[in-house]
Amino acid sequence: MSNKNRSVQTVVATGIGAAIIFVLMKFIAIPTGISNTQVNVAEGFLPLLAAIYGPVAAGLAMFIGHALNDFVTYGSPWWTWVIVDGLVGVAFGLFKRQLDIQSGKISVSKLVLFNVYQVVVNFVGWVLLAPTGDILIYHEPAGKVYVQGLAAWLLNSISVAVIGTVLLVLYAKTRTKRGSLKKEK
Amino acid sequence: MSKNLFVGYNERDTFMHRLSGSTKLIGFVSLSIIGMVTFDTRFLLGIFLFSIILFWKSQIKLSEISFILKVIIAFAAFNIFLVYVFSPGYGISIYGSHHMILGNPNQFFNLSWEELLYLFNVLLKYTFAVPLALIFLLTTEPSEFAASLNKIGVSYRISYSVEITLRYIPDVQRDYRTISLAQQARGYEISKKANLITRAKGAVQIILPLIFTSLDRIETVSQAMSLRRFGRHNKRTWYMARRFEMADYLAFFVIFLIVIVGVLLFKVNNGRFWNPFN
Repeated sequence: MSNKNRSVQTVVATGIGAAIIFVLMKFIAIPTGISNTQVNVAEGFLPLLAAIYGPVAAGLAMFIGHALNDFVTYGSPWWTWVIVDGLVGVAFGLFKRQLDIQSGKISVSKLVLFNVYQVVVNFVGWVLLAPTGDILIYHEPAGKVYVQGLAAWLLNSISVAVIGTVLLVLYAKTRTKRGSLKKEK
Repeated sequence: MSKNLFVGYNERDTFMHRLSGSTKLIGFVSLSIIGMVTFDTRFLLGIFLFSIILFWKSQIKLSEISFILKVIIAFAAFNIFLVYVFSPGYGISIYGSHHMILGNPNQFFNLSWEELLYLFNVLLKYTFAVPLALIFLLTTEPSEFAASLNKIGVSYRISYSVEITLRYIPDVQRDYRTISLAQQARGYEISKKANLITRAKGAVQIILPLIFTSLDRIETVSQAMSLRRFGRHNKRTWYMARRFEMADYLAFFVIFLIVIVGVLLFKVNNGRFWNPFN
């Protein structure tokens, strides 16, 4: 596929990906009781989007989807978390080549590696970056934002580990395996 | 069910509706940034009052926004409660003085005027942008939104992505509802009655078809767009773009003044906080 085509696909994947993320955030969030944190199904969709369309589409789609969702539910986006969510999408996208989902082969070791990676990415995002941003920009007390960050880290990692992995495996099954065709002798 | 969940564009003829989308976008973004940074109670109250007046002027009915208001109030109340519980003495450490109402500064749970002022600031920060955001959502046509993003310098590919998002949210939502009903008819439980595991399983049974149909849709739409040579040129024009008029320039001037006042207040206050306790 040429470069031009791929850039059109990125634009569309960003747009429709953001729409899916928006709908998932709005309708299928399972609340946990800690404010602003729920088992987020949208977070589990992110690895698949990233594995197919790469860092730009995943990052932007998450950014747009999350910002729009905050916009229509809370009136104004909580920018630090929206930006971190976008960065997490970019980070997942950077793993696209290692995962190589279009080959149709997805081994257990690849999945384990991806899950270790995602837990680290979520840790950096939700425990280090997001709360620090909250303290710098919104001047909230450290205890509160770090507890929220820890909760978000755990829930997002679980969501990605369970829903994300299932989606990756199921998608890989729909791809034609590379090298599955042989020349007849 | 989801009709009141959303706020959306409503056509009317008021001053705010006639302003161009770019003006409203710039206004919303610059006021929310300056309001996010400042902790000057007077300034935040000022913006809040200003946005309430604009809200009233744009003739938005309370029934259109009653649901979103409830969510916002619950969100703000819960967050403020958390902020207080996690560090009741935070106000004292910020303002560097203590005027006690209950207890003394050595106890963990105490209440001071400083803390109350800080909490009031936090409340204002949660709420001051809400009227502005609602005005923006209710008075800007969605397709004009993408055009105005492009006009203020966002690349047209990204603007177009946002446009596609706004265009496809109703479609994805309709798919979601259809799939959800079909799966519930087959016995998957997703309501509050079921426990967490059952609900999670039910959710997966819905999102799988939803995601796979949407991936097909990405394919179709991007092929259609490639056929129409999307992305061929570095610029594009927008059907919904509007020219700036007198009212827009006036609005820019007002926004500019407010931002300047906000920036000057940092100087006057020697920092982000307004401290009335000195």
